[in-house]
Amino acid sequence: MIAALLIALGQVLVAGAGAPLLVGVVRTLKARLAGRRGPSPWQPYADLRKLLGKEPVVSTTTSWVFRATPYVLVATMLVTTLVVPVLVARPALGFAGNIILLMYLFMLGTFILALAGLDSGSAFGGMGSSRGVAVAALAEPTIIVAVFAVALRAETINLGGIVERLAREPLLAANPAHLLAFVAFFIVMLAETGRLPVDNPATHLELTMIHEAMVLEYSGRYLALVGWASAMRLFVFMTLLANLFVPWGVTSLAEPVPVLLGLLALAGKLAVLAAALAVLETVVAKLRLFRVPELLAGSFALALLSVTAVFLVP
Amino acid sequence: MLRQLRMALRTGIVTEPAPARSDVERVGARLAGEIHRRFGRSLAIREVDAGSCNGCELEIAALTGPHYDLERFGLSFVASPRHADCLLVTGPVTRNMAEALRRTWEATPDPKLVIVVGDCGSDGGIFRGSYAVVGGVGAVVPVDAVVPGCPPSPAAILGALLDVIGRRR
Amino acid sequence: MAAAGPLVALAIGLVAFVLGLGGVAGNTWTVAVPWLVPLGGLELTLDPLAGLFLALVGGVALPASVFALGSTGRAGRGALAYPVFVASMCVVPLAANTMTFVMAWELMSLASYFLVLHEREERASVRAAWVYAVMTHAGLACLLAGMLLMGAWTGSPRFADWRVAAPALGAAARSVAFVLLAAGFAGKAGVIPLHVWLPLAHPAAPSHVSALMSGVMIKLGVYGLLRAGLDWLGVGPAWWGVAVLLAGTVSSVIGVLYALVDHDLKRLLAFSSIENVGIILIGAGAGMLYHGAGLEGLALLALAAALYHTINHAAFKTLLFLGAGAVVHATGTRNMEGMGGLIKRMPWTAACFLVGSAAIAALPPLNGFVSEWLTFVALLQNTRIAQPILNLTFTLGIAGLALTSGLAMACFVKAFGITFLALPRSDAAARAHEAPPVMRTAMVALAVACVALGLGATLVVPALVSVAGALTGDRTPVAVGDWLTLGVSGGFGTLSTLAIAAALGAALALPLIALRLAGAARGRRPYETWGCGRMLQTSRMEYTATAFADPFRRVFDFFYRPEKRLDIEFHPGARYFVQRIEYANPTRSIFDDWLYRPAIDALRVVARRARAIQSGSANVYLAYILAALILLLVLA
Repeated sequence: MIAALLIALGQVLVAGAGAPLLVGVVRTLKARLAGRRGPSPWQPYADLRKLLGKEPVVSTTTSWVFRATPYVLVATMLVTTLVVPVLVARPALGFAGNIILLMYLFMLGTFILALAGLDSGSAFGGMGSSRGVAVAALAEPTIIVAVFAVALRAETINLGGIVERLAREPLLAANPAHLLAFVAFFIVMLAETGRLPVDNPATHLELTMIHEAMVLEYSGRYLALVGWASAMRLFVFMTLLANLFVPWGVTSLAEPVPVLLGLLALAGKLAVLAAALAVLETVVAKLRLFRVPELLAGSFALALLSVTAVFLVP
Repeated sequence: MLRQLRMALRTGIVTEPAPARSDVERVGARLAGEIHRRFGRSLAIREVDAGSCNGCELEIAALTGPHYDLERFGLSFVASPRHADCLLVTGPVTRNMAEALRRTWEATPDPKLVIVVGDCGSDGGIFRGSYAVVGGVGAVVPVDAVVPGCPPSPAAILGALLDVIGRRR
Repeated sequence: MAAAGPLVALAIGLVAFVLGLGGVAGNTWTVAVPWLVPLGGLELTLDPLAGLFLALVGGVALPASVFALGSTGRAGRGALAYPVFVASMCVVPLAANTMTFVMAWELMSLASYFLVLHEREERASVRAAWVYAVMTHAGLACLLAGMLLMGAWTGSPRFADWRVAAPALGAAARSVAFVLLAAGFAGKAGVIPLHVWLPLAHPAAPSHVSALMSGVMIKLGVYGLLRAGLDWLGVGPAWWGVAVLLAGTVSSVIGVLYALVDHDLKRLLAFSSIENVGIILIGAGAGMLYHGAGLEGLALLALAAALYHTINHAAFKTLLFLGAGAVVHATGTRNMEGMGGLIKRMPWTAACFLVGSAAIAALPPLNGFVSEWLTFVALLQNTRIAQPILNLTFTLGIAGLALTSGLAMACFVKAFGITFLALPRSDAAARAHEAPPVMRTAMVALAVACVALGLGATLVVPALVSVAGALTGDRTPVAVGDWLTLGVSGGFGTLSTLAIAAALGAALALPLIALRLAGAARGRRPYETWGCGRMLQTSRMEYTATAFADPFRRVFDFFYRPEKRLDIEFHPGARYFVQRIEYANPTRSIFDDWLYRPAIDALRVVARRARAIQSGSANVYLAYILAALILLLVLA
């Protein structure tokens, strides 16, 4: 009981405190690849700290929905950190949820942020909301069919169950169905967390923004919460990719040494994924907005292929 | 794609060290200690063109490139004044842009800084006395620092920014 | 006087609700009055499924009637039709023989026809009522044909007798009956392509009637499909289930696609009803397929998911329609392009509409999420049936359901965001007033119901599984977890909405505490929205509903076939100055273009040819009589 509580606390801390570091690492790597020294990987913490000290300016057009959104976003992300296997295979809320719940929790975040974008009454916010929900809606079929492929093999949609089942067969990581599902999931991650080639998180051109456009009106502590929530979103998605498809190091035991090893393994896997993301964002250009559905349709085709591969390759 | 990656790895880091001193003129009465405590490690900058000839803009834009790289000091440019701590104003403030500049300043959350880049912003520069300009940024919003030059080099601007926030190189 | 109708309906609803819940609990009974109705007499039977739908009618009639009481003074015309509507909807699930069913069905259709027609002066209303009348009677013709055929083949008009005699009939006969019955019920349920009456009739009717039509009447079509597919005709061949599942998938995707691009608030809700009926049918089709394959546990799960979504949709769609009714009443328009900023003028309505929108977008931990989750879990286990064609059908269903779900979320961001948020886009919206307390009570009660149905999933699902078991005749106990967690199919998936809700609540408090501890700056400064330093910040800067739906219009343009219209008015003095630009991007309904218009044109051609029979000459008519007489003498 105490152990479970400590592990739950640990998961929230690792995800909550580690998320800005992950974002910082990706940013630094991208800068190095561009020939610049770049910001320190700890820069996002300084940014958040500074934002907390600013008095927010809130538009008179907005309503309580605008002010409540950052808190709802953070709450949603914190709950997902307790459902996803971060340190252990079966975290505190693992019994309460599964992959489908996870995806719908992300959709809850998109929903409320899109409403906040519309609430500001500016053209930028509305545009961001419209594009944001379009991308999220078109990514849904891919996620669920990829879940289908993974669940077929593992005979459960419970995240802990899938991790344990896949951990028992380490060779499964090389299975074609598995790899195809991983690629499909990776593309969906790019869409859902607003990274290139779907959306550029560092752009200043409002007409090219999707996620950034929805948060243009936020300032001060609200902006800090929204930034933290999107960092956690990236962290949770990457953890899902890392621990679900490559479950080496994820333990089912509630003892300190295996959990610590799990943390180290996670750090290593996230470092690899962060490097891959930085390289991808450096060499790939942002897609024209109406090419994004084509990309998502391609990922859907990959997910369908992975389902058929489950049947063809035992 | 791979060619780009190879070139990036081969070129390596080309960032130059920042200038040791700058000619920034402190105008405002804000305590240097408070600014350093708040913005010493992170400053978000919103650039406002109040009718400039774009000479200063070109120099400011060079700051984001690999040679001057302002991001290594925690400085960054942001798109919306809501996200900004500091307004970097260029230009003599033409009459058409006066109200827009004032609204931008109002839209920025407190505490905030206003740094003027270029001679135009301090008193009108080469456009001083013209019927179309208000005559310096100080006539519209309170100014904290002025970076002299027409235009100041990117190194001078970078040095000035670092001096304003009290950041050691 | 005008309040008498809703009061009677309220009483009927209450009785129906109590009786229905009794039926679900297993309190079944039969009532037969042989002389009341010709050709078989009045016969009513309450079994668990009928009880569920009876409780549904009552449960929706209660808040709708309360809402109607709050809006009396305008709805005086429907005084008689409204209680008759509710009463006939109560009789339909109870009917136990052909004549009772058909009479109750027809009474329901007639009463709703009069209610749709309540604004007799409007051309659009009259057309809506006309299309509705034609479609519902075409459906009735199919129903009658199917039921009379079954009566002739089994020798009895009673449904209980069909249940016994059906296995003896050949598969071809049962399939013919199924097709006819399904066509009739599908038309009532609003399945694509028989849906054309729904988006016309629902917006034309007053809001509490729309709520009843969307929440309950189309569910009676689902009720009929469930009876025809699983009960009256025995176990059918696999293609029945495939047809229902595919019809459901197509309906759900197309329904939400039309809802996305609509900016008439009530028509958007009507298309969304088509979408949700599609989701229910996906579950029902899956249930039929599992039942046919002998996988009873999964069949019960799929059917329970379909029934759960039926209840949930009744709850949140009624809430949404009542909210829309309040908004339309306050602003005087159904067009979303003229709304906005209503959250500040109508805070209660806005909050209830937000709960309804979140529920219909299937966001956890509300009720819409639980029923969609159950449907997914049922569909994801389809590999237990080892037939590739069926597996492919299921996969299509899964992909379709996922796409629908995402698009529904987008649709309701638009519906809530454009209507309630930001600045008012018209003077009427700027002067809107909150709904009166009576109407507010109805909406709040429904919002609470949505939350309760979501958090209480662990109580609802076992009840629905037993109802589904009574329908399929299979009583194998299916384990569905404990009071905290829904656990289905032996650990395939678990869900605890209570735990998630508690976690979300606690997690909401966390950032507040953390900010306080970190010494964050308190307070906020009000200022205008950042408009790039523009001088005028008006509602013209906001995003419109048409613009919001533009990405979807482009992505799915092969389906919408939009016709862009751009009118530019120049200043009379110089062509350099633009006075007015009007941009419209209406979508065309492919069903109107490809299905109904050709069908109606063909009908006209045939009718014109047939006119030749009526030549007007008395001699020709005498010859007809003679020919008919000779024919009858020969046949007799």
